[in-house]
Amino acid sequence: MDNKGIERALARIAHEIIERNRGTENLVLLGIPTRGHHLARRLQKKIEEIERGVNVPTGAVDATLYRDDLGMKETRPLKEMEIPIDIDGKVVVMVDDVLFTGRTIRAAMNALMDFGRPLAIQLAVLVDRGHRELPIKADYVGKNIPTSLKEDVRVHVEEIDPASEVVVVPLGA
Amino acid sequence: MKLKKKDLLGIEGLEKEEIELILSTAASFKEVSTREIKKVPTLRGKTVINLFYEPSTRTRTSFEIAAKRMSADAINISVASSSVKKGETLRDTALNLEAMNPDCVVIRHSSSGAPHMIARHLKSSVINAGDGAHEHPSQALLDMFTVKERLGGLSGVRLLIVGDIAHSRVARSNILGFTKMGASVTVCGPPTMMPEGISAMGCSVSHDMEALLKDADVIMMLRVQLERQKEALFPSVREYSRLYGLDAGKLRKARKDALILHPGPINRGVEISPEVADGPWSLILEQVTNGVAVRMALFYLLIGGVKE
Amino acid sequence: MKRLLLKGGRVLDPASSMDGVYDIFVMGGRVASIKPSSEARGENPQVGEGWDIIDCAGKLVIHGLVDAHTHLREPGEEYKETIKTGTQAASAGGVTTVMCMANTKPANDNESMTRYIVKKAAEEGLVNVFPVGAITCGLKGEALTEFASLKDAGCVAVSDDGRPVTSGTLMRRALEYSRLFGLVVISHAEDAVLAADGVMNEGAVSTRLGLKGIPDAAEEAMVARDISLAELTGARLHIAHVSTAGAVALIKAAKKRGAGVTAEVTPHHLALTDEVVSGFDTDFKMNPPLRAKKDVEALREGLNDGTIDSIATDHAPHSSIEKDVEFDHASFGVVGLETSLGVVLGLVSQGVLTLRKAVEAMTINPARIFGLDTGTLMVGSAADMAIVDLERKWIVDPARFRSKGRNTPFKGMELRGKVVKTIVNGNVVYDGEI
Repeated sequence: MDNKGIERALARIAHEIIERNRGTENLVLLGIPTRGHHLARRLQKKIEEIERGVNVPTGAVDATLYRDDLGMKETRPLKEMEIPIDIDGKVVVMVDDVLFTGRTIRAAMNALMDFGRPLAIQLAVLVDRGHRELPIKADYVGKNIPTSLKEDVRVHVEEIDPASEVVVVPLGA
Repeated sequence: MKLKKKDLLGIEGLEKEEIELILSTAASFKEVSTREIKKVPTLRGKTVINLFYEPSTRTRTSFEIAAKRMSADAINISVASSSVKKGETLRDTALNLEAMNPDCVVIRHSSSGAPHMIARHLKSSVINAGDGAHEHPSQALLDMFTVKERLGGLSGVRLLIVGDIAHSRVARSNILGFTKMGASVTVCGPPTMMPEGISAMGCSVSHDMEALLKDADVIMMLRVQLERQKEALFPSVREYSRLYGLDAGKLRKARKDALILHPGPINRGVEISPEVADGPWSLILEQVTNGVAVRMALFYLLIGGVKE
Repeated sequence: MKRLLLKGGRVLDPASSMDGVYDIFVMGGRVASIKPSSEARGENPQVGEGWDIIDCAGKLVIHGLVDAHTHLREPGEEYKETIKTGTQAASAGGVTTVMCMANTKPANDNESMTRYIVKKAAEEGLVNVFPVGAITCGLKGEALTEFASLKDAGCVAVSDDGRPVTSGTLMRRALEYSRLFGLVVISHAEDAVLAADGVMNEGAVSTRLGLKGIPDAAEEAMVARDISLAELTGARLHIAHVSTAGAVALIKAAKKRGAGVTAEVTPHHLALTDEVVSGFDTDFKMNPPLRAKKDVEALREGLNDGTIDSIATDHAPHSSIEKDVEFDHASFGVVGLETSLGVVLGLVSQGVLTLRKAVEAMTINPARIFGLDTGTLMVGSAADMAIVDLERKWIVDPARFRSKGRNTPFKGMELRGKVVKTIVNGNVVYDGEI
């Protein structure tokens, strides 16, 4: 998947978000850092282009402190936590690059709950690679990529990477 | 990037990159304390023991709040210094605590090196919350955090530390920390409170406070232990205050945007006058707020990951 | 009669200016004769039935060390050391004579205590033990002890070592009174008020570690006082464990004026500076403390120019009860009997002092200072000897010490030069591999 493919997928997701929520009122986009945050910003731009004149509050929700595997790995660096408005009664669309086991999303939802009580939480991902370990399902999917556990899916965004692309590589590559 | 050692015993053992990691992690944690729900589940099931051999309100409370906001269980043990000599040895106390499987022991002790000694005996992480006149690393980290937050960085910052340098662990940790981060440090106080060879730690030494004020970006006032008067370190509070107290008159000689720090608790009217302590230049309470964030960062970085 | 031949070693005896390859014949615990080794080959009629022969080829043979400053801890603190273990440690270090300080519990401040130590040493000691009596009763600095009785019972000097005699007047009286008996007064020179609750040398290192410092002046003020008093009284003063450049200068000037002053230095003050006090390791805590580089240099120079007469260990064993505690609370003191020769030989190989000077400062000089009939291998003297392998390298491992004390600042250090056998009165008391 190259940048064009990514842009097309995001454009479609933007339309779907607007359609599903009948507009953008009450909508908040929260990316999961690092790359999910960049994708959230891209989505924000697309939504605001489609719905002229609207402003969709966009930020980041870092799930690190809520993860269930902290004690199993080296200390993880903390990432940005940016909740732009009070999320009580809002529809929060969480944005991530790859949906895999679902554990990050679980942690991110717990984090969100500490900030307030959203009306609903929806999930947008660029890639769903399968292998869920928790009962979590994305509301918006850019592309389903079936993978094996011996593979790794990497999303690169040109904001911080050399180019925007989605690649499947052998695990540990 | 992670901390290289299981313990935080002093700024001396930290590399610049490790200090940067602690400060940037603390910046993330500062946000947690501003939430309505000031708690994250990160250290659920971890046990922190605050072992304090010296009276302390601020530091002990700060460590306790930090631990609790991380969902760790915090236990406070205060040992009166008088009972230490009669009671069990520090080593035995430490080993008994270890037998209860804590993850982190935060220790304050009047003897320099006491945390180093128990760290040799314990598998759990040890944080030095102040040992004798040696180090008080979490205080220096929160001071660096406070200054960095205000000035954007520490490189090139000119720090002036005024007071009883000889007996101050805050001074030593800050000299080491600020100089590691590229700041320049000058220490100032009467010769009776200036320890032999302090300049070997990388600071310059002066006794003339008024002359130094105009060149300081940050002025750190140290608490004067009034009982030091008995040791003839200064003849009277009045004279000390006249020479080394920061009041409005002296402050006029300082830069208009100079930041004023004090590790607390303050002696109003001795080393700092009320109008300065309460004035717009003072970051004293900001330091306290940041202390919690820095200590949360320390807990996270020391015991947040897999046990080695 | 027991007969022993030490064959073909390099015999170095500064007292008789002997330095060459000789055979030493020992009969009845005494040096019977010393002959150039070529004479002793094979047909020598003296050596036949009943002779034990130790081949000393390639080894150094010296008089056993005379350590004028040790703490054997018995009676009272036998968990730290006993006369038995202390003298075992001495034997392993090539030391054949020790003087033991009076700060036992109770203190050696009376005749019966001295007799007890002498008796115990005769029964259990591996090397010669000479007690030092206290200057003041209970080392309290209040009343003089009975010097005459102490001397009669076997004391060879008096000292309150471990603490200073604070009162100048009392020290004056002690010096005056000591003249009656020709007893040397050993000064633990420390102004306790200036030293206050210091735990290490005052300087950049103590400042960095936040440990309370002991200034040079705490030693020098007392050295100056005691030199003045020695000159006032005409008595014999010996300054124990000199550690500062200023003290060396004071002693040098006093000697130049003809004062009756001698001085000793420890191997650790000659070899180490306060820079090694890192990590709050209490095995580096002793009094006087390890000093700065300038001091170490002055001590070495003082030893070479004769300002400092002798090397003594200030062997001060402690147990983990005293040492495995906070630095502030730990007892002062380090062991030294088993490392002194190795450390000093290290200084010799670094060119700090000559081998002859080292042997002199550790044998004949302390013997002369305290009037002990030892320290030389001249014919007729007691056969107290150490056989030394100058080339042997070894690593200081406190776990292998014969002393009960493990508190050495030299642990883990590689030393070159090791005692392989120690002989007291013609008997081998330490029998290592040649």
